[in-house]
Amino acid sequence: MAKTRAPAVEGLFTLDEQEPRLIGGRVPGTGSYFFPRHLAGADPSVGPVALEEVLLSRRGRVWSYTTSHYQPPPPFVPAAEKFEPITIAAVELEKEKMVVLGQCPAGVTPDDLEVGMEMELMLDVLYSDDDCDYLVYKWRPVEVSP
Amino acid sequence: MDEIAVLGVGMHPWGKWGRNFVEYGVAAARDALADAGVDYSEISFVSGAVTVRCGYPGYVAGSTFARALGFTGAQLASSYAACASGSSALQTARGQILSGACDVALVVGADTTPKGFLAPNTGDRPDDIDWLRFRLVGATNPVYFGLHARRRMELHGATTDDFAMVKVKNSRHSAANPRARFTKEFGLDDVRASPVVSDPLRLLDICTTSDGGAALVVSSLDYARSRGCADPVRVAAVATVSPSHPDPIIDLPYLAADSVPPGAEPGPAFKESIGARVYAEAGLGPDDVDVAEVYDLSTAMELDWYEQLGFCGPGQAERLLRDGDTAVGGRLPVNPSGGLGAFGEAVPAQAIAQVCELAWQLRGQAGDRQVDGARVGISANQGLFGHGSAVIVRR
Repeated sequence: MAKTRAPAVEGLFTLDEQEPRLIGGRVPGTGSYFFPRHLAGADPSVGPVALEEVLLSRRGRVWSYTTSHYQPPPPFVPAAEKFEPITIAAVELEKEKMVVLGQCPAGVTPDDLEVGMEMELMLDVLYSDDDCDYLVYKWRPVEVSP
Repeated sequence: MDEIAVLGVGMHPWGKWGRNFVEYGVAAARDALADAGVDYSEISFVSGAVTVRCGYPGYVAGSTFARALGFTGAQLASSYAACASGSSALQTARGQILSGACDVALVVGADTTPKGFLAPNTGDRPDDIDWLRFRLVGATNPVYFGLHARRRMELHGATTDDFAMVKVKNSRHSAANPRARFTKEFGLDDVRASPVVSDPLRLLDICTTSDGGAALVVSSLDYARSRGCADPVRVAAVATVSPSHPDPIIDLPYLAADSVPPGAEPGPAFKESIGARVYAEAGLGPDDVDVAEVYDLSTAMELDWYEQLGFCGPGQAERLLRDGDTAVGGRLPVNPSGGLGAFGEAVPAQAIAQVCELAWQLRGQAGDRQVDGARVGISANQGLFGHGSAVIVRR
């Protein structure tokens, strides 16, 4: 039987397998965005206001990138028993001009990336247990997209 | 802003022993009291820098150190600002002194750190951004250092050898510092051969975590004079600023930077604003600085600070380094102590240790790492969650 697919953390991204989106907050009527919405700071120029929920751009450009060659400590959960280095990209969203951190899928290394390269959001398995694949958003280069 | 005197400085050497942090803090405090020639009974305010890795006694560091030294009824405070905790504790003591509430205060920070990466609190904590960055991205502290290092390469053409040269320079400094944890001199090949931690940074580019302790005895200038200390090292300014919204630079521990709406001007860059604030308060500028202790969590970060503190223009830090300007003997030595690369982070002690080194430099007591004729020193660091920190001391 196929495993259940569930978000690793609720409420940060949509579960659209083809075109997932990050769920952000926006000061209504402005271009001031936050991610994640539930942990947003405030824009001091607008006073107290409830952020509206918005779906953020699926694409953006690499601001910078790096790796984690050593297994991060908990609460990180390695995807496999043997930890493989992960590549991490900071991507400036096309519309919001906001830099968002995310892993890249397995197989993407720093050699595949450069600053300014176009990236898009995808869903991937962060880790699994016997019953469930826990999903997370990741950044992949647009060029290697299927 | 009025000044206060640094009457005494003290340190427990940095290392990795796993003993009770209180031991390191008390040793540093006694060292500072002896250096000041002040009897502990005269201390009317104990300002502790908090550690969050040693249980409740760490959260109430002011009380913990005061009790270990002997409770005297002194007023207490405990400050936490991550890596900037030491500056916060100094800022608190300074406020007490300048308000006239106390004449002479003790500032202490010490830590015992576990092996490996610093990690968030345990439990299921999706409402804690520090937890989320580890869980969803695996974004350890060095990940952020790596992002900024790569960005520096992209913007300014820095090379990994430039980063390695920072380590080479600072390890030469630390060879003359008996309080440093690492006193071995490293060459370029050593750094190049060390394993990658967070590309483009290697193990020898990144500071480790350590045990250690540091302390200051600070007082009003009147009190210093009453002790016959007419020309003490003085704290001219302390900056503990936050970032300004919108800050487009992603930094620890966030998953996203602020967005910059079309037509909006980003706020002043955070780290530049730390320097700007401390210079303005001291009435001094980068040209007045003789020696600096900056928070080199990574080698690349040291280069960023040269520019953020105005020692040179954007993109010129590598030239400053290559010309030897920032080595002891150069125009503006940076991290004569050896910096974090030689000490490792003992979080609440670090910003205090920076001031200790600057005080030794300004008094001409720094031995083989002495910066000749140093009269003005600046320290800079940054605690995660937006705690800026910088101190200017002068004679």
